[in-house]
Amino acid sequence: MVDAENLNIKELVVLSGKGGTGKTSFTASFAALADRMVLADCDVDAADLHLVTNPHVVQSHEFFAGKEAIVDRSRCDGCGLCAEACRFEAFEALDDGTYRIRPIHCEGCGVCVRLCPEQAIRFEDRNCGQWMISDTRFGPMVHARLHAAGENSGKLVTLVRKEARRLAVEQQRDLILVDGPPGIGCPVISSVTGAKAVLLVTEPSVSGVHDLKRVVSLANSFDVKVFVCVNKADIDMRMTESIRRQVIEQGNHFVGTVPYDEQMVQAQLHALSAIEYIKGETRDRIENIWENIWTAM
Amino acid sequence: MKVAIASGKGGTGKTFVTVNLARSHMHPLVVLDCDVEEPNSNLFLTGELVARHRYSIMVPQVDGDACNGCRICADTCEFNAIAVIAGKPLIFEDLCHSCGGCAVFCPQEAMTEVPHEIGTITIRQAGTVRLVEGLLDVGKALAVPLIRAVKNYEKSTEGRTILLDAPPGTSCPMVWTIGDCDAVVLVAEPTAFGLHDLQLAVDTVREVGIPFGVVINKDGLGDARVAEYCQEAGIPILGKIPHDRQIAQAYANGDMVVDSLPQYRRLFVQLWASIEHLVFSKGGSHG
Repeated sequence: MVDAENLNIKELVVLSGKGGTGKTSFTASFAALADRMVLADCDVDAADLHLVTNPHVVQSHEFFAGKEAIVDRSRCDGCGLCAEACRFEAFEALDDGTYRIRPIHCEGCGVCVRLCPEQAIRFEDRNCGQWMISDTRFGPMVHARLHAAGENSGKLVTLVRKEARRLAVEQQRDLILVDGPPGIGCPVISSVTGAKAVLLVTEPSVSGVHDLKRVVSLANSFDVKVFVCVNKADIDMRMTESIRRQVIEQGNHFVGTVPYDEQMVQAQLHALSAIEYIKGETRDRIENIWENIWTAM
Repeated sequence: MKVAIASGKGGTGKTFVTVNLARSHMHPLVVLDCDVEEPNSNLFLTGELVARHRYSIMVPQVDGDACNGCRICADTCEFNAIAVIAGKPLIFEDLCHSCGGCAVFCPQEAMTEVPHEIGTITIRQAGTVRLVEGLLDVGKALAVPLIRAVKNYEKSTEGRTILLDAPPGTSCPMVWTIGDCDAVVLVAEPTAFGLHDLQLAVDTVREVGIPFGVVINKDGLGDARVAEYCQEAGIPILGKIPHDRQIAQAYANGDMVVDSLPQYRRLFVQLWASIEHLVFSKGGSHG
């Protein structure tokens, strides 16, 4: 079988633990620097990569995942078995003695559906958002939009990565760049599972360091190469240095630092990647980080 | 009064606003750190440990003697947390959503529910602030049960004001945090990503139907589009925190800005007034 692994397609997942450290700015910059890559935006509930890649949507698909329970009130006799069994506080008793399900609370477990003696609860596929394949000036991009208050972000992440992989194989591209979500939970685990390399973007603050530790330990529990870079490094050079030492001590790869530079924000406002907009040291530093990663991959 | 501090985008200053609001409140209050994947409030609200306990969800356990391998448990599990292999159910605890369905529907009554640890809840007293923090174990996927456990603590808060430090994003962890709050404060930064993610967060808060307003953090960085959007959409701007490298540095050090840069104290006192106005006059933007 032809798959991404035996074609030697590389995948780099950009994560951070703490939000707002610069994941998307770095991912877009690498996209501008790399040849023959596919972009995947896996921060599906607050996707921003499209704001600097100006995608032209080629395909758009609805994303269905999981189920949701819906009460047919004309058949409900108000026995309350459903509300009693529901562990997610999803049932609301109405004045007429029947029940309603608050969709945001429904976990889609189906317990109520199976219990209801009147068979008054339907179980329907849940539309959780859309996913798209687009063209960008850097190459193809797979991205998604989870509905407001949407569920199943982990499954959507898995789908976006799978589609990016399929495109990379089809178009014989060398690299998949994944813009990951913040945190360490479900969507992050879905972003890392099966990947071979992650870049952790951090910043020299007590929060950045605290969150980095947790995402490093998550990444190290997978069989992935871990790269770390520090953004806004000159906010506290001493802390930056101590991050660098710790990364190396733990056997991970420290790939560089970027100074605090308001041009990063200007690049966003001009809908460009940092690499395309910024001149001077910051640009060189980002380029250097990318070369370090690409060589080590 | 129960107020969630949230944002779509990460790193806009939720924790910064939460801890400085907490510190500048006149009366004892409670902070619930619901960003259980990466809780940071404790880095600023340092104080004496009151209690700490492990938190478990309930997952099924099979009584091998009673099980006849009928597969009803695996068939009813919507989360693929049970596979029947060689006639015996195998449980994948990390996929389990604790719905209890398998135990309810097992005809042999061979399923019992047992605790499975997923995180830690820590309670600290930092001056007049009681901090309750959930910390998800690294490698655990489901944040929501732990968030619900942290929120359960509010039952014992005796009517005190509660601030909830929400996780970033617009999906289940954020929605469970803001659910049944009296108001939501969305912290946004005036950047392109900041504006876009604010709009997503606004859609989400409207979906849940809670009064809300916006705090613009790092005001002066970027451009005026966030303020213009709020004006056009009829969303009250509750406060603006200037873009100031001194604030970034104090925050990076783990300092409380209202203490180390006292010129900003008034700003947070005024923010409290705007929040109270939002809650009590229902003057905010509704769902």
